[in-house]
Amino acid sequence: MKNKKILTGPYLLWVIAFTIIPLLMIVYYGLTDTTGSFTLKNLAAITTPENLKALGLALLLSLVSTLICLILSYPLAMILSEKKVNQSSFIVLIFVMPMWMNFLLRTIAWQNLLEKNGVINMVLRFFHLPEQALINTPYAIVLGMVYNFLPFMILPIYNVLSKIDKDVLFAARDLGANSIQTFSKIIFPLSIPGIISGITMVFVPSLTTFVISDLLGGSKILLIGNVIELEFKQGSNWNVGSGLSLVLMIFIIASMAIIAKYDKDGEGTAF
Amino acid sequence: MSNKLIDIVDITKSFDENVVLDHLNLYIRENEFLTLLGPSGCGKTTLLRILGGFETPDSGNIIFDGKNINNLPPNKRQLNTVFQKYALFSHMTIAENIAFGLKIKGKSKNYIKDKIRYALKLVNLEGFEDRSPELLSGGQQQRIAIARAIVNEPKVLLLDEPLGALDLKLRQDMQYELIRLKNELGITFVFVTHDQEEALTMSDTIVVMNQGYIQQIGTPEDIYNEPKNAFVADFIGDSNILSAVMVEDRVVKMLGTTWKCVDEGFGHNRPVDAVIRPEDIDLVKPGEGTINGVVSHLIFKGVHYEMEVEANNYTLLVHSTDMFPVGTEVGVKVDPFDIQIMKKPESEDAEAVGIEE
Repeated sequence: MKNKKILTGPYLLWVIAFTIIPLLMIVYYGLTDTTGSFTLKNLAAITTPENLKALGLALLLSLVSTLICLILSYPLAMILSEKKVNQSSFIVLIFVMPMWMNFLLRTIAWQNLLEKNGVINMVLRFFHLPEQALINTPYAIVLGMVYNFLPFMILPIYNVLSKIDKDVLFAARDLGANSIQTFSKIIFPLSIPGIISGITMVFVPSLTTFVISDLLGGSKILLIGNVIELEFKQGSNWNVGSGLSLVLMIFIIASMAIIAKYDKDGEGTAF
Repeated sequence: MSNKLIDIVDITKSFDENVVLDHLNLYIRENEFLTLLGPSGCGKTTLLRILGGFETPDSGNIIFDGKNINNLPPNKRQLNTVFQKYALFSHMTIAENIAFGLKIKGKSKNYIKDKIRYALKLVNLEGFEDRSPELLSGGQQQRIAIARAIVNEPKVLLLDEPLGALDLKLRQDMQYELIRLKNELGITFVFVTHDQEEALTMSDTIVVMNQGYIQQIGTPEDIYNEPKNAFVADFIGDSNILSAVMVEDRVVKMLGTTWKCVDEGFGHNRPVDAVIRPEDIDLVKPGEGTINGVVSHLIFKGVHYEMEVEANNYTLLVHSTDMFPVGTEVGVKVDPFDIQIMKKPESEDAEAVGIEE
């Protein structure tokens, strides 16, 4: 028992040094002005039209990307979970492999593909097709989000689906359910925990990203992440940056709470 | 127990190169408790899954109540399955689990409510409606699985080693429960197990299977007392299987001497296998039995003593409530009707091969 306590020591230090203290600093900066006296102005900075627009756009784009990821992942995860283990793990590997490359590099690669004089437009030009304005659009940002975060949706859903006992599905069929009913009444409800963690793992990084919107949205499209980045770096206004970060955190906590509540409902007292 | 309800005609099933069922024929009667008994890999579970509709046979037909149901999906079959690991729906309450089949069939709320209450009473779990399956013990989960199946009023209940995961005491209790249930419901039970004691306790008919072939079909008494071959004799209970020669009708030569038996029709001087159950060997004073031997091993088993007796270079297994210490010289006596004579398998392979009826 005593030994175990000693073992937790380093982790405790880690949490204090790298989670709690930074968090407290953000809270401190967020709630003070440049002179160090208490203010709520930094939090209220979210209400300026530009910032509200950035937050709204960030919410919209991350919701859309999360939805697209879910729609793409679920059928794939279902197909994979029905395959033999060695086959499915190979396919999962293929989908996850891009994650092993640098995130920035992958996004820059998309930049090169989508640019005005990028690969896609070069191909279009070659076939004498009209060029497309691809980069610096919300679509490009959504594409970047989906591309980067898709594996985070596939993996948790695949995990829960492959853990469902085949006999449970047989039992549903045995009791008279056809394959659609088996899906809607058994497979889908049982996979909700995976969907929730998938949504969390795609929605949160999408909502806070500034790299993807920077590279694929140019400076024309600002998400809340970009606004915060600008406050810290160009404006050197740590106070407003921290205040906006706190507001964003509140948004994330609220969305998680909504999802968690939905999960409870999903576990259902349908009868 | 009258009409044929299910007729299994010439079923063959293989997975990849592995033949699991080889031209198997079997019929199941109405209101019968039929047990498919055999070691793991003998094809018993595959046969059950073919009946349930979860596997399709490579060839052959399943005739249910006069109709071929080969291509009928599981949800259209008039039978329900109780799975080995219960397979309850963990995201539903007990009541929702039991109601599942009825709701799909669109039964009325009141009907479903009554059925749930009836089924829970039948499996002695009244008042469990709102609990979650995950919080129940293994035995309780198994009862719920049975309740969930029987509310649909199937003509046949398929049970795939349902007691395998339970501890000994619970398993014995559940055996009596199942017999009671079967009698109350008046439907056909097809039970799969590798446990010979379970099979002997519950069944009307036992089908002993090995390597995809049926070895013997019969009542528990038939199977135990008159095993058709060494596999059945060995698989059902403890036994002494001796290489013997049938001298003539009712006379067999084994352990270096001749014994009286009751079997006829094996011909003259034909090599055979003889089975003697350990509890059928009487140990008496030396010289008073057919042969003499020496006790070489003694274990107390609770109900009886288990002894090994060395006689003519052969070790006989003996169960007796009388105790003879190791080293005691004893006489070995066996009543003629306790010696069961079986044809010798023609070859190693033939041991696994089905026996022509």
